[in-house]
Amino acid sequence: MDYVKLALLGVVTLVAAIATNWARDLAFQVHAVLIMLIAGGMFVWVLRGIGEPAMKPVPNDVYHDGIIRAGVIATAFWGIAGFLVGTFIAFQLAFPALNFDWGQPFTNFGRLRPLHTSAVIFAFGGNALIATSFYVVQRTSAARLWGGNLGWFVFWGYQLFIVLAATGYVLGSTQSKEYAEPEWYVDIWLTIVWLAYLAVFMGTIFKRRERHIYVANWFFLAFIVTVAMLHVVNNLSVPVSIWGSKSVQVFSGVQDAMTQWWYGHNAVGFFLTAGFLGMMYYFVPKQAGRPIYSYKLSIIHFWALIFLYIWAGPHHLHYTALPDWASTLGMVFSIVLWMPSWGGMINGLMTLQGAWDKLRTDPILRMFVLSLGFYGMSTFEGPMMSIRAVNSLSHYTDWTIGHVHSGALGWNGMITFACLYFLTPRLWGRAQMYSIRAISWHFWLATLGIVLYAASMWVTGIMEGLMWREVDDQGFLVNSFADTVSAKFPMYVVRGLGGVLFLSGALVMVWNMFMTIRGADPATATVPHAQPAE
Amino acid sequence: MDNPSLFQQLADNWLLVSMFSFFVGVAVFAFLPSQRAAREDASMIPFRNDTIPEKTCKGTCKTCACKDSEFKLEGQADV
Repeated sequence: MDYVKLALLGVVTLVAAIATNWARDLAFQVHAVLIMLIAGGMFVWVLRGIGEPAMKPVPNDVYHDGIIRAGVIATAFWGIAGFLVGTFIAFQLAFPALNFDWGQPFTNFGRLRPLHTSAVIFAFGGNALIATSFYVVQRTSAARLWGGNLGWFVFWGYQLFIVLAATGYVLGSTQSKEYAEPEWYVDIWLTIVWLAYLAVFMGTIFKRRERHIYVANWFFLAFIVTVAMLHVVNNLSVPVSIWGSKSVQVFSGVQDAMTQWWYGHNAVGFFLTAGFLGMMYYFVPKQAGRPIYSYKLSIIHFWALIFLYIWAGPHHLHYTALPDWASTLGMVFSIVLWMPSWGGMINGLMTLQGAWDKLRTDPILRMFVLSLGFYGMSTFEGPMMSIRAVNSLSHYTDWTIGHVHSGALGWNGMITFACLYFLTPRLWGRAQMYSIRAISWHFWLATLGIVLYAASMWVTGIMEGLMWREVDDQGFLVNSFADTVSAKFPMYVVRGLGGVLFLSGALVMVWNMFMTIRGADPATATVPHAQPAE
Repeated sequence: MDNPSLFQQLADNWLLVSMFSFFVGVAVFAFLPSQRAAREDASMIPFRNDTIPEKTCKGTCKTCACKDSEFKLEGQADV
């Protein structure tokens, strides 16, 4: 087996070396060097291990938590990276001089923006999903993770995908599809990693010792399967050369646009919603200490969400070349989607029935509740914005950006932070987080950051939409585009400050996690009239 | 299909009909009174198995590999 590995790694190293030499563009060349170094390093590592006594077989009676520990650290790391880039590009919009001349073209807004979106969605969110899904599937199946080291392949393979994608954006390799920017070879690599993820997850479910598959696993499974399908269909492309990163899409025109937004909206629906609902259905009951409010409702929630989300994509293409019936279909399904979304939110919130007092003392539970609140708010705002008449005002304005961030920072960010606070002490065998007060600080810093962000984007988005459509009594447009840009300046600064608050909250969390993992003695100052959180 | 009637469209869309019936079936199944105990049991899954449970074999010790101590208990207690 080791010799097969050696042969494979040797071949990969050689091909990567050839690719470095023949590369047709800078991004491809850098990636080839990267892969050559990684494969070469692994070759040496495997070679040194040959002939060593075999390691003890892994026990089957403990959960495989090593990957989850790595995943928790990776989530925190990519979170900071993504928030930092996001805050920086927010200030680039307010102060264009931050597109430094010496950094061109690598650090301009156009290249850093996909770096930010991919870092927060796929690196921060994706690592959180992989880590929590592995944690939840083991505990709700009462079985160790299936596949042994295949789980580690999923983790490191996914990190490699992130690094390839991120360096590619900065070096100018992109197929110009929003949230699907990586070029063909990175897409192929992600497909391999994702199928391994599916195998590990399904394998664990197959060998479960609980008769019933807990609902959180349904959501995780829907997320994994659907993302695989979306990713493959939206990335159908033909490379111009196998030694270059450029590729040509198979679809063109309005078909390409429709495929892209079928992908794009379901990336929201299945990556950022279904997957994170999987977290919600496990961690909220755990932290509240009570079972989910209604298991029946969770079944309806699941099937309604799955059946509806997949149709909502066309609402991104109102007033385009897309046929009216298609965008009407997308709009109607988006509005119907409001019901399962709120059903899920109510299910999560009502889980606290009889335990609402814990909100006073438990900042982690407070984060879960706030994330559910933002889930409800953005799943109300989304259907409203998908209505064609509203969309004619909101589309192409910063209202959309505000909507995305109230969902991403409020729902995905807050529930991920809460899960990290839940997992860190348990995974490293500590009684609780090092500092409970720091969690409260994080809660308020992040909440204020989101409020500043969402509020300023509402104001600026609606203002900009109204300015664009304003006509004088002769029927001429009143404002030029540049007028709206200068009018937006104060709101851009407020938005950037919101980002600073959100980022500093996350830094407090990283410090708290570091102190917890290091095993420092918790701070012991007691608060009067409060019980320590469990 | 310039002016399709409602029924004609439904007939053309057998997939829509089958998916909708599946959904209604799921909803009925979720609320079946006979499944109430199963739902309650399922909702408690997160509170079990914080560690992987030891294999237990209630009353079927001869067919599954269980620990010696449990095997000795057979016949003496309801294991």
